[in-house]
This record gives sequence, structure tokens and C-alpha cells, in this order.
Amino acid sequence: MKSVRISLVFALILAFAFISATKADNHQSQSLTIVWAEWDPANYLQELSKDFTAETGIAVDVIQIPWPNFQDKVFTAFVGKSDLYDIVIGDSQWLGRNSQGKNYINLTDWINENIDVDAIYGPAMTAFAEYPKGSGTYWALPAEVDAAGYVYRKDLFEDPKEMAAFEKKYGYALAPPKTYDQLRDIAEFFTRPDDDLYGIATWYSKEYDGITMGFQQVMWSFGGSYGDAETYKVAGHLNSEDAAKALEFYTDLLQFSPPDAPNYYWAETLNAYTAGKVAMAMNYFAFFPGVVNPETNPISHDKSGFFIAPAGPKGHYISIGGQGMSISSFSKNKDIAKQYMKWFMQKPVQEKWAALGGFTPHKEVLQSDTFKMATPFNKAFAESFPYLRDFWAVPEYAELLAACQTHWNAAISKIKSPKEALDAIAREHEEIFEDAGYYDQ
Amino acid sequence: MQINQPHQTSRGMSDYQIKMAFIMPTMVLLILMNIFPLLWSLYLSFHRYKASMPAAPRFIGVRNYTRLLQDPEVWGYFQTTAYFVLLAVAAQFLIGFGLALLLNREFRYKGFITTLLLLPMMLSPVVVGLFWRFILYSDNSGLLNFFLSPVLKSPIGWTTNPKIAMLAVVIVDTWMWSPFMMLIALAGLSAVPKYLYEAADVDRASAWFKFRWITLPLVSPLLLIALLFRTMDAFKMFDIVYVLTREGGPGTATETVSMNLYKLAFRNYNTGKACAMAYILLIIIVALSNIYVKYLNRVKGEA
Repeated sequence: MKSVRISLVFALILAFAFISATKADNHQSQSLTIVWAEWDPANYLQELSKDFTAETGIAVDVIQIPWPNFQDKVFTAFVGKSDLYDIVIGDSQWLGRNSQGKNYINLTDWINENIDVDAIYGPAMTAFAEYPKGSGTYWALPAEVDAAGYVYRKDLFEDPKEMAAFEKKYGYALAPPKTYDQLRDIAEFFTRPDDDLYGIATWYSKEYDGITMGFQQVMWSFGGSYGDAETYKVAGHLNSEDAAKALEFYTDLLQFSPPDAPNYYWAETLNAYTAGKVAMAMNYFAFFPGVVNPETNPISHDKSGFFIAPAGPKGHYISIGGQGMSISSFSKNKDIAKQYMKWFMQKPVQEKWAALGGFTPHKEVLQSDTFKMATPFNKAFAESFPYLRDFWAVPEYAELLAACQTHWNAAISKIKSPKEALDAIAREHEEIFEDAGYYDQ
Repeated sequence: MQINQPHQTSRGMSDYQIKMAFIMPTMVLLILMNIFPLLWSLYLSFHRYKASMPAAPRFIGVRNYTRLLQDPEVWGYFQTTAYFVLLAVAAQFLIGFGLALLLNREFRYKGFITTLLLLPMMLSPVVVGLFWRFILYSDNSGLLNFFLSPVLKSPIGWTTNPKIAMLAVVIVDTWMWSPFMMLIALAGLSAVPKYLYEAADVDRASAWFKFRWITLPLVSPLLLIALLFRTMDAFKMFDIVYVLTREGGPGTATETVSMNLYKLAFRNYNTGKACAMAYILLIIIVALSNIYVKYLNRVKGEA
């Protein structure tokens, strides 16, 4: 009798475990987890995904991780081969590491068979999906295409007294700057610490990629570069005279920023602008909905204008922002993830994505008047596109980025001279490339 | 003869088996969680290896160590760390011991005040870093700058001025860990026999004489242990720097060795080099601890 009872209990436990496992499996197959950074576009995507759930019955959960920890958390999950995330919406620089590290699945064949690549804006496909560049090998689809741009106080720029005073001092009319020299003049003009007003808020932070994203577009526009993309030689490019002049310019600009500007990245520049502390602020376009929202910007939501990052003496380049959508190699829902991505790239979905506030990579939608007129900043965003450039996207990008962050931040803090900082980065970058075997070929 | 046989339980387990049954789980855990990672990281420190990449570790001899030791930036991180340890531990020792001397007497609400003073030590370093960063140190809205505003022309850049940022980190660490020093010192002070002071009073000894020849020698061993703990801990400073000065900024002004180690290991995933760096740090901490322990033994011998 006793053994019968024990057998019954075991049978019940086994049955319960089996039912639970089946239920869990069913549940898993009906849901999709997307990981992205914590910002408005992730909220838009969660909203947009309700349509996918309505069509397919598959639940979509967009997990948001604060920006400073975004990369660390996702990469730690990859190292642990975790199936926590099905779709990863990661930075363009991540492509090299995650494709070579086998964390993203190769989507080349699937994209060629299922996605109309011609409908996607070409540079976005190259920046967010392709690695190595020009190889036609795809690891992602562009999800959010972004760029660094500027917001300015129209009420200050269009004030007749300010305009007259500016013209008298600098000899030309006050208007959104077209060059970095003009940007400096305007920043200087509006710097009035006694009134708690400063000329400009831009990115100087040592956190993640703050100062690098802010400074690199100045460096490129002044004639500097990260190095030769063919030979990976850095010396003479990154520490050139042009790059040093660019860093001197960027360091000099700091005097026209609020006192805590060395810590500024997107959140701080946004706060400085909405608090009425600065006349101009740089940020990714994706953050500008907060600028025109009366709840988050009661001071200047209706007095804000937007312009693209200015040109330098030797060119016009702008830091690319945004992310691509990749499928984790460790996901157990790869087919559902592909189904979602195919759904996401459809024109009607892209139109809704743009209407919600997402920056679409869809060529037609992007170039449509509806998109350009949808917000006060979409026009400037669309204008920025021809000038977009990116950081290295090689697997070693994080080390390259860390060197830039440390030494450029040291330069603006006056711990190092611009030349010393650039020499240190050039040396470290060449060491990294040498260690990784780029010079062996 | 029977009495010398190992005791057998009713289920037939010998004393030896029982001992092993108790010890083995701990041993297995220790080997898996401590000994194996220690040896594995030593192995990796001689290899080129990235945990984020599928390539197997490749032996490169002592190259990771030579690269690190020849890098002027790394020496800079060690200098920053040493500067921090020296300032922070000295400040914590002086403030902690001073507080302990003040509390080592009977007065009203002594228990309550002691508990209040111990509170910072019980907080998470990340929380401490965050509230000092936002509430007290903020250039524009920080309380410290607000209170100093009548005497200052412009706000102090606590976390943005490279000449002040290290001082800011030292202040936070001292605020947090002086109570630890105070607690240990208080334990030592309360253990000093009262009759020694009574005997000194009979001999009309001065307060300084009593402190120098009774209090200090008897409390020194405990103080040295507290100093040892704090030095080891300060040498590993990471959390407050990570949060307060945003990864060791401005520039490299507060970038300690541990902060750089974190970046090497978990930002760059340069696992081999990070292991080498961790071993260099370990050797320094072991050497420092040995100096302390030798001095501690000498002090104990004298006492």
C-alpha cells in the first residue's frame, strides 16, 4: 500500500512538471523579447508592437536598459549565452564584435529573400546592418536611424535687440550657424553667467560614448580622421594637425557652456536646454520630442528651432546615431523574431513607426513631405542624412572607444594638451589593432 | 581496546565519515568558487583571450604583464590609487579615532548618537555615490555649493574640476567609512582596564601621558587591523568612483586601478590583460598586508 502511495505521489509530481514545462514552452513560443536602451523610441516600439500582437497573437515585450549600462548588460548576457533576449537593438559599432563573436545570427540570405533592401535608405543599411562594410553580409536591419543635431532658442535668435547687438559685434546676421566658427561666435555671444545663461550645451561626458560622439564630427569636419580604413594605420590621421585644431576648438567651446558641462551627455544637455540655461544644445534627434513637449519643456517648447550640425573648414560630417535590429544567436524564438522584423519593415508599419516618433530607415517614408512636416525637427533630421559618418565598427570597437573617451575627456579637463591626448589615443589604437592582428595581413 | 575504536553511529557512519560529510560541501564550494577561478585567471593572464569572442586563449607568455607595466597610463592609475588610499585612510583614521575617543565616556543618548554615526557605513556605496553626486556635489543645484555660494564667486566643480575631483571622492569615502574606524577603535578603547587609568591618576599622570602610554599601546593592535581592512578596501576603490565621477573622470583624475580593471574586463572584454592586471593588484595588496601584519605582530609583542 505504501509503495502504491509513493508511486502515486511521484506520478503526480511528474505530471505536474510535464504540464508546467509544456505551458512554459507554449508561453515562450508565443512571446518575443526585444532589448533596447531606455528612451522614448523604445516606448514607441512597445506601442507599435501592439499591432503585431493583434495580428499574430504573439506578445512583444520591449525591455529597456538605462543607457550607461546598456552595452554592459547586453554583452554580459551574450557572454553567458543567455536566451533572455530574442531581438537586440544595438548600436552600429556593435556589429563587428557581435557578428565575429557569433552573438548575432547571419541574416544575409534571409534578408535577400524576404526584405526589399532597395526600399531602405542605403547608408542606413551600410551603417546598421552590414559587416564588414561593403561585403553585402547582413547581421541586422536598421530600426531607428538617428543623427546628432541642434536645438536653439528662437525667441533669443529672433529678438531684434539681440540680432542688432550680434550683427554689430560680429559683422553678420544672427541666424542658426552654418559653420563651426559661427557656432562659436553665437555661443560666445549668448554666454552671460550673471543671468545664468550660456551659449551652448554639447557632449563632453566620459560616460559610454559621450565625448566621442560629440567631438568626432568636429574632428572629421576639421580634416582629421580615425585612421586609414584599409590599412588600419592611425598615426598621422588621428593625431594630425587638423585633429589637434579640432580638439583645441572643442575644448575652447567649453567656456561657453554651463559649469558642469564636462559631465554632459544627452540627458544633461537636454536638461540644460529645457531649464533655459543655454541658447543652443546638441542632441540626437530622437530626444527632441521632449523639447517640443510643453510638459517636459514649459520654458521653450514653442520657441525652439532646429538646425543640422555645422560644417568645418575641411568638410561636413555628422555623427550617426540610432540602432539596428539583430537576432540573438541564443534566442529560442528566432523564427518569430524574423517574422517580427519582416513585419516591422513593411511600409505601412514604417509609416506608423514614423508617426509615433520613430526615425524610419524606409527611403520613401523618410523622404515624404508627411514625415518632414510631422515634427518641427524632422526636416533638419532629413537634411542631416548625406553627412552621416560612424565610429569604427570592428570587433575591438569598445577598446578603441574607451581610449577616445578617456583621453579626449582628459583634454577638455586640461589634464592633457590636445596633442598629447591625440598621440595617446593613436598609440593605444595602433596597439589594439596590432594585438588583434590587423597588421599581420 | 574497544574504547579506542572510532565511534560508529547507529547507521554505521564513522567519525571520519561524519567529519568528511561536513567538510566536503565547503571544500567543493571553495575549490569551485575560489581556487579554480584563481588558477584559471592566472592561466588566462598569460594568454591573449577575450571572453566575448569565440577564439580559444592563445599563449603569449608575460606579454600582458610587460605591456601593463610599460604603459605610463597604468602607472598613472596606480599613482591615483595610492594618492586616494593615502588621503582617504589617513582621514578615516583620524576622524574615526577622534570620534571613538569622544564616545568613550558615559553621556546621555550615547547609544543613539553612536547608531546615527554608524549609519553611513550601512548604506550601499552606489546609493552613497548617487546622492553625493546629485544632492551635494551638483554644480548648479548641489547643497554644498548652495551653502558656499555667499563666499564663492562661482560654484565649485566638485566632480568636473580635475584638481578637486579626487578630494570629492576622498570626502565621500571618509564620510562613509570613518564610522568603521570609529567602531573598531571604540571596541579597543572600552577593553582598556580602568584600573590602569586609576593607577596613573594616583601617580598624577597627565592626560597626554595616559593617552601615549596606556591608551595607544593597548588600542594599537585593533587600530592596525582596522587600518589593514581599510587600506585593502580603499585599494580596490571602484563603486563610488564609478558612480560619483562617472568612471573615473574628469579625464583620468580619479581613475583608480580597479576602475581601469573593470573597463578592461567588462567594457573591452580584454580578459587576458584584465587577469594580468588583477594579479598585479593582488600582489600589491598582499605585500601591503604583509607589512601591516608584521608591524601588528611587533606591536602585539611590545604590548
